[in-house]
Amino acid sequence: MVTADPASVAAASRGARPRRPVTLSGRRRGRGWGLTLLLLLAGLTVLVPLYFAVVMAFKTSAQAVAGTGFSLPSPLNWSSFVDAWTLTGFARALVVSAVVSAVSVLGVLLLASWASYAIVHNWGHRLFRWSYFYLLAAMFIPFPVVALPQVKLTAALGLANPGGVALLHVMFQLSFSVLLYSAFLRSIPDELEEAARMDGASTWQLFWRIILPLLAPMNATVGIFAFLASWNDYMMPSLITADQTLQTIPVVQEIFQSAFSTNYNVAFASYLMAMAPTIVVYVFAQRWVLSGVTRGAIK
Amino acid sequence: MATTSTGASRARADLGTARTRGERRRAPRRRVDRVSYLFLLPAVLLFTVFITLPALAGAVISLTNYVGFGDWRFVGLANYAVLFTDPNVLTSYGFTLGFSVVTVVLVNAVALVLALGLNARIKLKTALRGVFFLPMVVSGIVIAFVFNYLFSTSLPALATTLRLTGLQTSLLADPDLAWIAVVLVTAWQAVPSALIIYLAGLLAIPEDVYEAAALDGATAWRQFWAITLPLVAGYVVINTVLGFKNFLNAYDIIVGLTDGGPGTSTRSVAMTIFSGFTGGDYAYQMANAVVFFVLTVVISVLQLQIIRRRGVSL
Repeated sequence: MVTADPASVAAASRGARPRRPVTLSGRRRGRGWGLTLLLLLAGLTVLVPLYFAVVMAFKTSAQAVAGTGFSLPSPLNWSSFVDAWTLTGFARALVVSAVVSAVSVLGVLLLASWASYAIVHNWGHRLFRWSYFYLLAAMFIPFPVVALPQVKLTAALGLANPGGVALLHVMFQLSFSVLLYSAFLRSIPDELEEAARMDGASTWQLFWRIILPLLAPMNATVGIFAFLASWNDYMMPSLITADQTLQTIPVVQEIFQSAFSTNYNVAFASYLMAMAPTIVVYVFAQRWVLSGVTRGAIK
Repeated sequence: MATTSTGASRARADLGTARTRGERRRAPRRRVDRVSYLFLLPAVLLFTVFITLPALAGAVISLTNYVGFGDWRFVGLANYAVLFTDPNVLTSYGFTLGFSVVTVVLVNAVALVLALGLNARIKLKTALRGVFFLPMVVSGIVIAFVFNYLFSTSLPALATTLRLTGLQTSLLADPDLAWIAVVLVTAWQAVPSALIIYLAGLLAIPEDVYEAAALDGATAWRQFWAITLPLVAGYVVINTVLGFKNFLNAYDIIVGLTDGGPGTSTRSVAMTIFSGFTGGDYAYQMANAVVFFVLTVVISVLQLQIIRRRGVSL
């Protein structure tokens, strides 16, 4: 993994203050590149597996089994993607994954912001205060603990399908989202609300016209976390959805794993297609995603 | 999620002020309007129906001999009695706990070092941050499949080419070493969330503390031990608590990497519990789930106790 000698760690902590007066940092000048190089090397641990997935996917089956697999593909072979697409029924899995993620993101945004607003707004009332802790406590109940009865329950309610998966994704994401939203809502001055109330706005109008627009930055953070959790989840859809043709992308990868046993290039084309959507979104919206994620950490 | 506890700590800090503020501003207490109840209802209902009720039902089922279908009767604590002598269950607890401890330590060490590096005066800062956060967005099971091939085929081939003895066989095929692969891949994916928290923590340290120390002649090395480390200690605790909670539930990555093997050497508790779906062990594995829940709670409470005793403010 990452190796950094104590000196560079110390240098890192020392150099960490951008606004420090120049007089104090004189000795440190020119060190930036040394540390940058170390970090770049460390970054290879992240990039090499991804590079590996890319080059394997573009090889022919003969190239894929030769050597260590790190070599560049020649000639470029696109047909693995076509094979993987049809073999895994990728189009259908993509639609299922997209719908499940969209429903769970929307569900989390709505239910969590509603609940948080009601809780913060009525904090003086015991019922709402207790509900807050009730919702938060669920964060510490891991899925495996309730999985057995929960799967029975979803089946009994006719929810052994992507709809049930989306519902559970919403639920398991609620605690964390309510936590973020209520911390944010507490920082909104009451005066804003009071003023709107003077003008005769009802709580319902107040939420949609004043509170929801104010929550915009938090919506981004909550939405990103909800999307990643839902899109990448394997555990819940694999246990909840009964019909294997309605599985999400991560589960489809697992189902077709045995079919790939001899065609590594097709397997990697399939993995790459599975990882591509989030990676592409991340690369293009990196700044936005990172600021959302850090806001989650800081709030 | 990774960032939860930072949020929790702030929220807890906010609660005090929110309460006083609410009481001050809202006395006499404002009537709760119907819309507030409507807003709260869906979330609370969802929790009650899909977590509280199943959890209670599960606790009751664990006292029966239910196999997943058909008749059942109460058998008292019989399931629990068997549980504590079942080698399969004990092995999975041993693996899960050991794996969690090692992964927590590794993730924290790597994330802290990276956070210090990324917070320092470096070139390409945005790009580097972008790279290190990347593992967070990929699916655990899919990246585990990629690593599966790397460990089982590429690395042995590489070792053979370089004539490195000892590394020429697959790490995943060795019952004594396969857990190392699970630790590495889990850490690979878990580092970004710990990193976020450390970066946020480092940004919160005021600049003048370092300036004062530098004026007093403290070396960089001393500044790190006397200032940086004590001030990020609270974040170490947060990352440890959160990490433990996630790693104890390890499932996706193990399925993609070893599927619990070779043998049962990397079978996590979650995998053992899920075997209750098919093996006719429904009630028995439900008892396992209850024990697992108690264990999770005990570990969390113990960690919180240690925090309180050490006086680390969250």
